[in-house]
Amino acid sequence: MNIVVLVKQVPDSGGDRRLTADGTTDRSGGNVLNEMDEYAVEEALRLQAAHGGTVTLLTMGPETAVEALRKALAMGPDAAVHVIDDALPGSCAVATSKVLAAALRTLDADLVIAGAESTDGRVQVMPHMLAERLGIAALTGARKVTVDGSALTIERQTDGGYEVVTAATPAVVSVWDTINDPRYPSFKGIMAAKKKPVRRLSLADLGIAPGEVGVAGASSEVLAHDRRPARSAGATVADEGAGGVRLVEYLTAEKFV
Amino acid sequence: MAEVLVVAEASAAAGVKKVTLEMLTAARTIGSPSVVVFGDEPFADKLGEHGAERVYLAGAADIDDFLVAPKATVLADLIRRVRPAAVLLASTQEGKEIAGRLAVKLDSGLLTDAVAVAPDGTATQAVFAGQVIVTARVRRGVPLITLRPNSLTPSPAPATPVVEPLAVAVTDADRLARVTERVVERKGARPELTEASIVVSGGRGVGSADSFALVEELADLLGGAVGASRAAVDSGFYPHQFQVGQTGKTVSPQLYVALGISGAIQHRAGMQTSKTIVAVNKDPEAPIFELADFGVVGDLFKVVPQAADEIRKRA
Ligand SMILES: Cc1cc2nc3c(=O)[nH]c(=O)nc-3n(C[C@H](O)[C@H](O)[C@H](O)COP(=O)(O)OP(=O)(O)OC[C@H]3O[C@@H](n4cnc5c(N)ncnc54)[C@H](O)[C@@H]3O)c2cc1C
Repeated sequence: MNIVVLVKQVPDSGGDRRLTADGTTDRSGGNVLNEMDEYAVEEALRLQAAHGGTVTLLTMGPETAVEALRKALAMGPDAAVHVIDDALPGSCAVATSKVLAAALRTLDADLVIAGAESTDGRVQVMPHMLAERLGIAALTGARKVTVDGSALTIERQTDGGYEVVTAATPAVVSVWDTINDPRYPSFKGIMAAKKKPVRRLSLADLGIAPGEVGVAGASSEVLAHDRRPARSAGATVADEGAGGVRLVEYLTAEKFV
Repeated sequence: MAEVLVVAEASAAAGVKKVTLEMLTAARTIGSPSVVVFGDEPFADKLGEHGAERVYLAGAADIDDFLVAPKATVLADLIRRVRPAAVLLASTQEGKEIAGRLAVKLDSGLLTDAVAVAPDGTATQAVFAGQVIVTARVRRGVPLITLRPNSLTPSPAPATPVVEPLAVAVTDADRLARVTERVVERKGARPELTEASIVVSGGRGVGSADSFALVEELADLLGGAVGASRAAVDSGFYPHQFQVGQTGKTVSPQLYVALGISGAIQHRAGMQTSKTIVAVNKDPEAPIFELADFGVVGDLFKVVPQAADEIRKRA
């Protein structure tokens, strides 16, 4: 089974994240591999161990995105594909899905696995956008994935429990962080990752015109953005035996009790 | 006035969800609201109370057994026919997924996680853990906007909607992902986390799954939902679907109570747009106090039971 895992480099969610003057994500600060993608890579490696085949990473991003690829490669995947082009920065989700779908068409995957969302956009739309473009199934929000020949079954996490969803491959699956415990890359894995092939694809390679993507081709635009005023700290009381009562007094004054 | 489509979050079991009424309220500022309901019950009275001029009813057959794709196809057909000024969906997993498919089908711009919508169709979004507020607009196609639950207060505006059944014509490509079973693992009288107006959350400081009974008790006394930090979820104290934060749910209740939660930036990501924040933590330096409107520095095992008793006394 050939598996492609979608990975993305994102600004560190623990840092101070900003938009640039033109309203696109500021990627100049600390960048990391999107956390949820580690779970996608782990799931792919487990499926590979059980069913054979290859695991290939796919990302779209600037030069620095190769750091995220190397980090994910260190966990064990075989190879990576990096879609990189000067026209791409500022691409909206619609354009991104067009580019990734074009790249996926060249990769002949039985299964595409993605993290359920990225920590920067948190848009959750990519798997369904790709499925729509490729005419294949999307099984999203999985906390469990099983493969039996060409039959794929997931447990889709819902508010009150889960749904069992099935499809035949090829398909796109997205996974939550409840699905597994990602392995830590070993020293050997890190060294090996440096030598693994990372193939670069440009828009021209994919037959997409520069005007269809990036800021120029974006289907939406940011008109203004501002730092949200920080919340100011209110009153704090030390519990000297009546902390619970003080709490309820506050809640009563605010009409919650 | 131009028609604005609202895709309802409603079911026979749960009725019309509050976010649907919020979307109707927002839609009225843009144009004349029509609601699309998937299912067999049109909820015309409830939707009419909040200004629905029309209800499009798409029967459950051929839709319920599959994941989102058939809904997107039905909506795309309707959008091509009535050419609405905008389409509003709930910013839930399913709402966003449908919106994503529509954006591709219609080559339209998509704005997710909106907290406000202006009459001209621009949307205000809270991004990066609510640290940045963005005003954005769609440049191409029909504006597809997903609204975060609890972003605005629904206001009634009585209307008598016309109910129009929709022909459901889905394709084979829409039937690829089949839902074979729906399992409810946990059902209770508590309000749903993202819709609740009060949320009481516990963190690592709660210490064990058993002690979460304290969190639940306070939530029940306040009529609220229960949430948890990631540390509490990872430690097995409480199930993942109740996680609040960066990789969990985003909540925006009137009152958020944080018990034994330090207030890491990834936790704030899911709760800092709450109207009022109250914290109990034994560490006076805990960052949660920086955003709390009221804080008690103390042991939650003493403070919370005392608060529960006090509420009972006042009841
Ligand atoms: C990519 C990424 C995504 C993440 N997503 C999320 C997310 O979605 N949600 C989330 O919550 N976190 C998330 N985190 C984790 C986050 O960084 C914190 O680790 C987590 O929020 C800590 O949870 P906590 O506050 O319960 O635990 P801690 O930080 O350990 O805090 C426990 C607190 O309890 C207090 N305490 C202990 N005992 C008592 C007592 N008896 N009485 C009163 N107070 C007591 C302590 O003083 C302390 O402040 C994410 C991290 C990363 C890297």
